[in-house]
Amino acid sequence: MRVWLPTGILLAWLGMALGAQLLPLTPNVIDLPQILAAPGEGAWLGYDDLGRQLADRLVIGARTSLLVSVWVVGLSLLAGTLFGTATAYHGGWWDKLAVQLVDTFLAFPGILLAIALAGLLGPGIDNVVIALTAVGWVGYARLSRAQVLSLKHREHVQAAESLGSSRWCIMRKHLLPLMAAPLIVEATFGVAAVVIAEAGLSFLGLGVQPPQASWGAMIRDGTRYMLVAPHMVLAPGVAIFAVVLSINLLGDRLRDKLDKKMTAKTGNPS
Amino acid sequence: MLSYLFHRLAGALLVILGVVSIVFLLIHLIPGDPVEIMLGESAAAADREALRVSLGLDQPLAAQFLNYLGGLLQLDLGTSIHLRRPVAELLLERLPATGLLAAVSLLVALLLALPLGILAAVRRDTPWDSSAMGFSMLGVSIPNFWLGPLLILVFSLWLGWFPVSGRNGMASVVLPALTLGTGLAAVLSRMVRSSMLEVLGEDYIRTARAKGLPDHRVVLHHALRNALLPVITLLGLQLGALLAGAVITETVFSWPGIGLLTIEAIQSRDYPVVQACVLLISLCYVCVNLLTDLAYAQVDPRIRLGGGH
Repeated sequence: MRVWLPTGILLAWLGMALGAQLLPLTPNVIDLPQILAAPGEGAWLGYDDLGRQLADRLVIGARTSLLVSVWVVGLSLLAGTLFGTATAYHGGWWDKLAVQLVDTFLAFPGILLAIALAGLLGPGIDNVVIALTAVGWVGYARLSRAQVLSLKHREHVQAAESLGSSRWCIMRKHLLPLMAAPLIVEATFGVAAVVIAEAGLSFLGLGVQPPQASWGAMIRDGTRYMLVAPHMVLAPGVAIFAVVLSINLLGDRLRDKLDKKMTAKTGNPS
Repeated sequence: MLSYLFHRLAGALLVILGVVSIVFLLIHLIPGDPVEIMLGESAAAADREALRVSLGLDQPLAAQFLNYLGGLLQLDLGTSIHLRRPVAELLLERLPATGLLAAVSLLVALLLALPLGILAAVRRDTPWDSSAMGFSMLGVSIPNFWLGPLLILVFSLWLGWFPVSGRNGMASVVLPALTLGTGLAAVLSRMVRSSMLEVLGEDYIRTARAKGLPDHRVVLHHALRNALLPVITLLGLQLGALLAGAVITETVFSWPGIGLLTIEAIQSRDYPVVQACVLLISLCYVCVNLLTDLAYAQVDPRIRLGGGH
């Protein structure tokens, strides 16, 4: 139960996002007599303020959030890990400079920098990805740096060095495989953070452009009609909440599992 | 202590310089001509040129940066394009509202997190524990741009207990503070629990119990005080999330603070104001973290004498 329900929710999210193109959806069709209509027959989530089917828009919103989170987490993971691993393994002034850069980016609290970037770059899904990646890579850089610092003096790395392996080969074959577990855990929680961040930017009007649907933008539209049509706020909110909660629950279990494995292997926790 | 202090201060100065550079470069990231975007395409050529000169955009980048730094040192943050007033004045106007919201949210977070965390640790592996941690999980997962509207729906529209939005008297701070404080409370209560669990296994707790001290005294006096240290560090770090969350929460509730000013400035393309808001919030965060570290070092000599730096 504790695994199946969150897994089911995430599968539904994936299914909605990937299957959106196959379904006969009409997210942009306006049905004027149905404006703000409550959930009922034929439209199980009701209609929004322009008379569009909420359920259909929810599915497109799932697509938006999955698309953005896959891109942002993928790019951040790649850039951050490469940056952190390379500078930490190289050491010296490059490492000092890298730490300074990472510290500077971490000095911008939360998604503040992403809000400013998205605001300046203008709305659009690609700008959302750019803004969130510009903020997101730092966490992975810091994590992989810490990992490399503790790994680079291990005997198997020294052995590879004395055998004359190239730096790239050592990073790829001797460091990255050992860093994978914590990075995967971080990336799992990263997906949850990006789902919230994308919806947050869209809520502020800095995300995807209408008529493209986003869960955050749907909540934003709904807040204007809360007294007459609370379903407009409730439906997308429940969707975000369910997805994020599921990722967090599964992420916790994944972390516990990998932690135990790491502890069993190396004999010391963390 | 003195060398640790200098070390930390120098580090903070470098970070501040980096933050200022990034904020300065933000305006140069705007695709196209920022002046055209700010004034719109219909603006007269003379107006554009005037704005370009007043923003210093006609000078080389290095000169612009030095001017920007020089202005900052004199607390001159430029002039708002939209409102035609000094940006520093606008920030000062909005600062008290954000300060009040942050303070009350912090209070809400502590009032929720401490009892929950302590309860979960003391009654470990009981339904108390799992429901407290369940609350924490919910609090971490609920975005404040949804929690806010939900609270408005229930407590303002249905029950009519609090005003929907704006800042009118003390009642109006309740819902925004609850919205902002819940996420922080969720993170903190987990930290309080794990920190308490660690301390409760210590020898001095056993000694205190063996002396026959009442349970509440052992927990509150002996355990909690020692467990609070890591919580304070986390609090410093999480204050940043609180400040960033204020941008969204203030927008939800039309709370007239720095966060709402940021969004208003983005919408009216008032870029000097956007820069100043981002700079102010980030610098607050850097300072809070610096103070947390120094306070921590003051309280716990192992840090400043650790020699790890």
